[in-house]
Amino acid sequence: MSRPTLTAALTSIVGPRHVRVALAERATYAMDGLPTHRRLPDVVVLPGTREEVIAVIRLLAALGIPFVPRGAGTGLSGGALADEGAVLVVLTRLNRILRIDRANRLAVVEPGVVNARLSAATRPHGLHYAPDPSSQSACTIGGNVAENAGGPHCLKYGVTANHILALEVVLATGETVELGSPSGEPWGPDLVGLFVGSEGNFGVATRISVRLTPMPRAVRTLLADFMALRAAGEGVSAIIAAGIVPAALEMMDQSCVRAVEDSVYAAGYPRDAAAVLLVELDGHAEAAVAAEADAVAALLKQAGARSIRTAADERERERLWQGRKKAFGAMGRLSRDLVVQDAVVPRSALPDVLETIAEIAARHDLVVSNVFHAGDGNLHPNISFDATDEPMRLRVEQASAEIMGACIAAGGTITGEHGVGLDKLRYMPLIFDAESLGAMHAVRRVFDPDQRVNPGKVVPLHACREWSGWTDPGRKPGVDQPRAVARGQPVLAQ
Amino acid sequence: MTILEKVTALLGEGAVLEAGTDRVPRIAPGSPDAVALLLGTAHQEGWRVRVEGAGTWLPSDAPADLALTTRRLDRVPAVEPQDLTATAEAGIGLDQLRQQLADRGAWLAVDPPGLAGRTLGSIVATATAGPLRQGFGPVKDHLLGVTFVTGDGRMVQSGGRVMKNVAGYDLTRLQAGGFGAFGVIVLVHLRLRALPRADVTHVLEGSRDELTQIAEDIAAAGLTPAALELVSPALARRDRWVLAVRLVGSPTLVGSDELGLGAATGGGGRFTALRAEEAHGFWMRLAEGFAVRPVTFRIGGVPAASDELLDLLQHQVGDEWISAAPAAGAIRWTGDTTVDRLQRLRRTLAALEVPLTLERAPWPVRTAVGHFGAYREGAGPLVAGLRRTFDPGGALVVATDGE
Repeated sequence: MSRPTLTAALTSIVGPRHVRVALAERATYAMDGLPTHRRLPDVVVLPGTREEVIAVIRLLAALGIPFVPRGAGTGLSGGALADEGAVLVVLTRLNRILRIDRANRLAVVEPGVVNARLSAATRPHGLHYAPDPSSQSACTIGGNVAENAGGPHCLKYGVTANHILALEVVLATGETVELGSPSGEPWGPDLVGLFVGSEGNFGVATRISVRLTPMPRAVRTLLADFMALRAAGEGVSAIIAAGIVPAALEMMDQSCVRAVEDSVYAAGYPRDAAAVLLVELDGHAEAAVAAEADAVAALLKQAGARSIRTAADERERERLWQGRKKAFGAMGRLSRDLVVQDAVVPRSALPDVLETIAEIAARHDLVVSNVFHAGDGNLHPNISFDATDEPMRLRVEQASAEIMGACIAAGGTITGEHGVGLDKLRYMPLIFDAESLGAMHAVRRVFDPDQRVNPGKVVPLHACREWSGWTDPGRKPGVDQPRAVARGQPVLAQ
Repeated sequence: MTILEKVTALLGEGAVLEAGTDRVPRIAPGSPDAVALLLGTAHQEGWRVRVEGAGTWLPSDAPADLALTTRRLDRVPAVEPQDLTATAEAGIGLDQLRQQLADRGAWLAVDPPGLAGRTLGSIVATATAGPLRQGFGPVKDHLLGVTFVTGDGRMVQSGGRVMKNVAGYDLTRLQAGGFGAFGVIVLVHLRLRALPRADVTHVLEGSRDELTQIAEDIAAAGLTPAALELVSPALARRDRWVLAVRLVGSPTLVGSDELGLGAATGGGGRFTALRAEEAHGFWMRLAEGFAVRPVTFRIGGVPAASDELLDLLQHQVGDEWISAAPAAGAIRWTGDTTVDRLQRLRRTLAALEVPLTLERAPWPVRTAVGHFGAYREGAGPLVAGLRRTFDPGGALVVATDGE
């Protein structure tokens, strides 16, 4: 089918304003939050209702054209990029909050609802949506579901998977399926749990029921600073081992602190500290939270904290958090480009792994700043670089691989909340054997037999052992491609 | 060669246990690899295999060529108190696991129904959470990863050993509550809590309506008890319905919650605090109560519907043996009932968007009703596809869908 014909068919569904074919328009969608991958979609379509989503997907199914669902494009793994030959289905127009059920503490939303907007809407009911990625002012709930997004407060309240009750999903064929129930109890196996974090490979969620969490009545936010990174890591371990579960437990190293303090997001972090910890405790009773905060302060002192400051009021708390949540933006000051990495290690391994990362950075002559969810052991080493400097770009790639290797060697994993996407495909065989990767691929084919939804992501096909029940005669070793289309080979005539 | 002779040649005599009353050979592989070898062979030979843990939860009565019990997979390869994680084989009894964790200052915040020796694999496969689901979530929330063996003998790893992990699809969640339809769980990576320094239980007797209202008041007050369970008189072995509130954590937190409990229920003084041994006995009897009668099922509704659902159960199958978490909307029922009544109840509940999961029953009931039995629009073919993927030859005898 020619592009004009496809464009006309899509236009008949969503209207001319919501189909983008001009190069400049498509270029807007060529990247996500990670600057190391760039793919230009053939066509971008923005349906505005679930009916339009279904109609678009049915059209693409009839034509055998691959497509990639996309939310706000804030992802950090290249997961929402579409190759030539694929259509990008952008869901940001499906942005309605359909229902807030205060009595049962749930809300039903469309996938394009922005994370922070949902919490703002539920706050008057004394409730909030707990997962709070740093990009929450822009990222969408649909994207959060696809990536199983986390955030600082997931330490206590759990990640996205813990907050999704039910889904309406449009499969690659255009059929709709209902997964889960309003209570979260599954009908049979937990297909909601399987869908969350599947990075768009299983279909498009068009209606999402989420669990809402009561706003805490008492909150204490502490800022502790350390003169050694290792001491801060040991402070984290001490809190966890003591059985205290803070609402959030975040760490920033000196490079990150200075970037924040030099920016408009300056939060009053001590610039000379090797690391700072931001610890938040919450609960329903002021006295109990205060007592826990005292216990945390004592543990941090014991670990070597130079000073510990408690936010005096909500304004100061917001300022401390703004510095943390805008840290990635602040680091944009350090260089032209920034790679935000994502890995998880056992919490007790944090001090050693942080030292290893510093050693890797020094060896490759790179600036690596750390801002991360220390309480979960979820690291975010950020590598500042200039993508136009080819030797430097290669050093970044090598350093990233070494950092992943160090995290795996410590018993960790390659991503805690950003997903595999394109960026981490090469690392999947380092943590899963061929049989396990084959199992994942086989599951994907249950949902999407022709592998047309978000092709080429998550599971490296070349590393899979083949499973009975499916064979792919068109597959060549070492080539990750859907059957419907080969990467970079447009199916649409220009 | 008979099946028994082939299995003995394959795994050695040590793996062959005494057969049960139905004379089905009972095989206890001693390692995950041996499980894979056995299931791979079963797939090739066309044997039908039923999977058992300690044999204390599901009756060992499914028709099969052989029974695979995980009871020799009882090692705990790793407990990491600093990280609050552990790795345990699926055949370890929960009582043994709890003890080993407690020795290291760690705690698995799961209190499933059944006897204390129920295996970890059984608890995960059936996703049978107990009253602690109120404060600590369902079984799946305690899992970091699993290793399982498919019906054709493939060993698959899912998840990992760290707190967060989004590498690949979450097959762990498919296995939690899959009732063994998608493979045999052999190894489980667990998320732990520190052993609580304070653990108290308060109980209040009253009418069901009165206690349901109090449970709602407690939840509305923002208290977060570890358990908030409404228990029928017969199950609680009391004269009236009982509302049991379990508070765990640091002494300061628990003390604060106790004050809050009094305030939320009109000034306090109405609840009775149980002594430690009384509390232990109360929760243990409640768990064991679900392993005594022939049929046990769970339903999950929204909290505001708890009262209506309890009425419905009372009307359709009786409410003599019931335990419910009104603030979470979860209800567990046990007793004796018929296939017809269960099927009618499931249909009624499905119309209310409330799933009914059959947790345990004799084989004729399981096979007629199915553990799952009802799916929403379009989900049935997906479940069937997953079943074919993980058990292509249908070696695993599991009554998923009913008739």
